[in-house]
Amino acid sequence: MTVTTDSVRSALEQGPEHGKVESHLHPAGSFDVADHEVPTGREEIWRFTPLKRLKGLHADAEFMRSATSCTWNTPEGVRIEGVSGDEARSLRGLSGLVPNTRWAARVLAEVPSTLLIDVPADTEVSEPIVVDLDGEDVAVTEAGHVAMRFGAHSKAIVVLNHTGSSTIAAVVEIAVGDGADVTVVSLQDWADDAVHLSHHQARVGRDATYKHAAISFGGDLVRMDANVTYDGPGGSAELLGLYFADAGQHIEHRIFADHTAPRTKSHAVYKGALQGEKAHTVWVGNVLIRKVAEGIETYEENRNLVLTDGCQADSIPNLEIETGEIEGAGHASATARFDDEQLFYLQSRGVSEQEAQRLVVHGFFNDLIRQVGVPSIEDRLLTTVEAELAKNVLKGLGSLAAFGSDD
Amino acid sequence: MSKLVITDLHVTVDTEDGPKEILKGVTLTIKEGETHAIMGPNGSGKSTLAYSIAGHPKYTITGGSVTLDGQDVLSLSVDERARAGLFLAMQYPVEVPGVSVSNFLRTAKTAIDGEAPKLRTWVKDVNGALERLNLDPSFGTRSVNEGFSGGEKKRHEIAQLELLDPKVAVLDETDSGLDIDALKIVSEGVNRFREREGKGVLLITHYTRILRYIEPDYVHVFVDGKVAESGGKELADQLEAEGYDRYLKAAQV
Ligand SMILES: Nc1ncnc2c1ncn2[C@@H]1O[C@H](COP(=O)(O)OP(=O)(O)OP(=O)(O)O)[C@@H](O)[C@H]1O
Ligand SMILES: [Mg+2]
Repeated sequence: MTVTTDSVRSALEQGPEHGKVESHLHPAGSFDVADHEVPTGREEIWRFTPLKRLKGLHADAEFMRSATSCTWNTPEGVRIEGVSGDEARSLRGLSGLVPNTRWAARVLAEVPSTLLIDVPADTEVSEPIVVDLDGEDVAVTEAGHVAMRFGAHSKAIVVLNHTGSSTIAAVVEIAVGDGADVTVVSLQDWADDAVHLSHHQARVGRDATYKHAAISFGGDLVRMDANVTYDGPGGSAELLGLYFADAGQHIEHRIFADHTAPRTKSHAVYKGALQGEKAHTVWVGNVLIRKVAEGIETYEENRNLVLTDGCQADSIPNLEIETGEIEGAGHASATARFDDEQLFYLQSRGVSEQEAQRLVVHGFFNDLIRQVGVPSIEDRLLTTVEAELAKNVLKGLGSLAAFGSDD
Repeated sequence: MSKLVITDLHVTVDTEDGPKEILKGVTLTIKEGETHAIMGPNGSGKSTLAYSIAGHPKYTITGGSVTLDGQDVLSLSVDERARAGLFLAMQYPVEVPGVSVSNFLRTAKTAIDGEAPKLRTWVKDVNGALERLNLDPSFGTRSVNEGFSGGEKKRHEIAQLELLDPKVAVLDETDSGLDIDALKIVSEGVNRFREREGKGVLLITHYTRILRYIEPDYVHVFVDGKVAESGGKELADQLEAEGYDRYLKAAQV
């Protein structure tokens, strides 16, 4: 992957420190909606997002009665329910989140109920907790709040599965107890017209392991901020992302690993593919290593594969270091078209150009899909990647027989 | 019956200063059952010849022809050439991250045969080929060429040669970077291929040492984009003793 095409702006050229905006990494948060202006689009955190297509979610769109059905399974030992009133209020800010956007402040202030996922301490949940959110009316602007509380030394996997058509703003707060081992997967498999603005904020306990996987395929506009802070030393966060943008789609992922404690780890890998006119993806990877955060390790990586003309991938790693006493810090960002040498090699073995492209794309995503580590999701992702490829790369390709899962 | 005929082949590459001619009229015929060695100094155009036969997009054919059993090779796409029976073992095999060797081999075999191989015999064939080239069966689950040592890459190329069973194999410096044991293993692989009915081999090399294990029927000295001299295997011994100086001086005149 060596080519950086003209249609692609890569932040690497700017260097990690260039364009750093102090208020971006240290946003002044507030629970009071009045403290947040309606964004104009010129703000650093909004500059890539086409606000017009948000249908007012970023501003003052009414949060209407939900038209998105929400169902879930309840594995043994877990409490999952919609709560309201005082209990809902008490869960606002569970993750340590102090809203730095108007919309998130509005969600915390105005949404009457919260979906609570409560995993008690020392509980090992044997199967994934799957929450299906299926949108039924894109004309309804709505908002939701989800609180996930994982007790000390608990172990669980939660999958948020988004399908259908919604126009939704969602704040997901995650508290990972000391020594817990938690995976949260958010799958954006929306219909073409969905609009989804979300903020996932996690607080990782001492010696806890947190894995977050953001997977975005569908939707007209999907923007997710996946942030993490640490409650004590030894916490580790793995932030994974996989996205596939088609013509006209805007998919934006931002992460913020805020190393607030010593000897913590963050490892982020986001990979995306783009195809079709005006497919636009954005990745902004913010990492802040605070003075207290000695002995930490961080690595973040974003790779984009541009499959057709007319796409744009923006990729901005942003690493800010306030202490010299760290184990390791690094980042990588690359955006490329198909590698001619790879295609030639495969074709020289008789494989057609389309089949070769498909092998390369599957190869590009394979490791990441495996890292998500949830078998039921793995199969689905492979199928979805295949379906996405069918739209462009594989158009007109007859037999798919030769490709199977790896032995 | 396999016959690769290269006639007056002219090839250019695009450079910043415009096209540069690399092959300046190559003529060569490889009949079935024959092994031809091409020897020449660095930069003389050996890899260019190999890639041009295989159809690498970097090279532009400006004249001449290549036919395989009478079929015009140059009008075929890269994959069609492979399906027609050409195989190129590359000097620098390419890494394909995330694509496992076993998936790659199965996909290639399916493409070349036009049908998926029978599962049971195929697994045995793959394991056998890997084993004969002294590659651990665990290579099947590794990504194609990724993290392979130089020698492992070359052995992987020859494992493919055995499995894909082309009519004519072009081996571009398959011997370079191999220690003596690996050289023997690779040579045995090539010799097993040569023993099959009607196969042609174009063996590109720098050094005569591989010719001790793979005995060529013909040796061609390649200088400045064309064949400067052809002979039997005694020509290789002469090159070993004298080097390319004589030809290089001649080319400069
Ligand atoms: N893009 C390019 N621009 C300029 N010259 C090029 C380009 N590509 C290849 N060449 C030149 O073409 C010539 C032939 O290269 P080739 O790789 O075919 O040589 P070779 O005989 O295989 O050498 P070696 O023994 O080192 O493998 C070299 O002089 C090389 O520098
Ligand atoms: Mg060469």
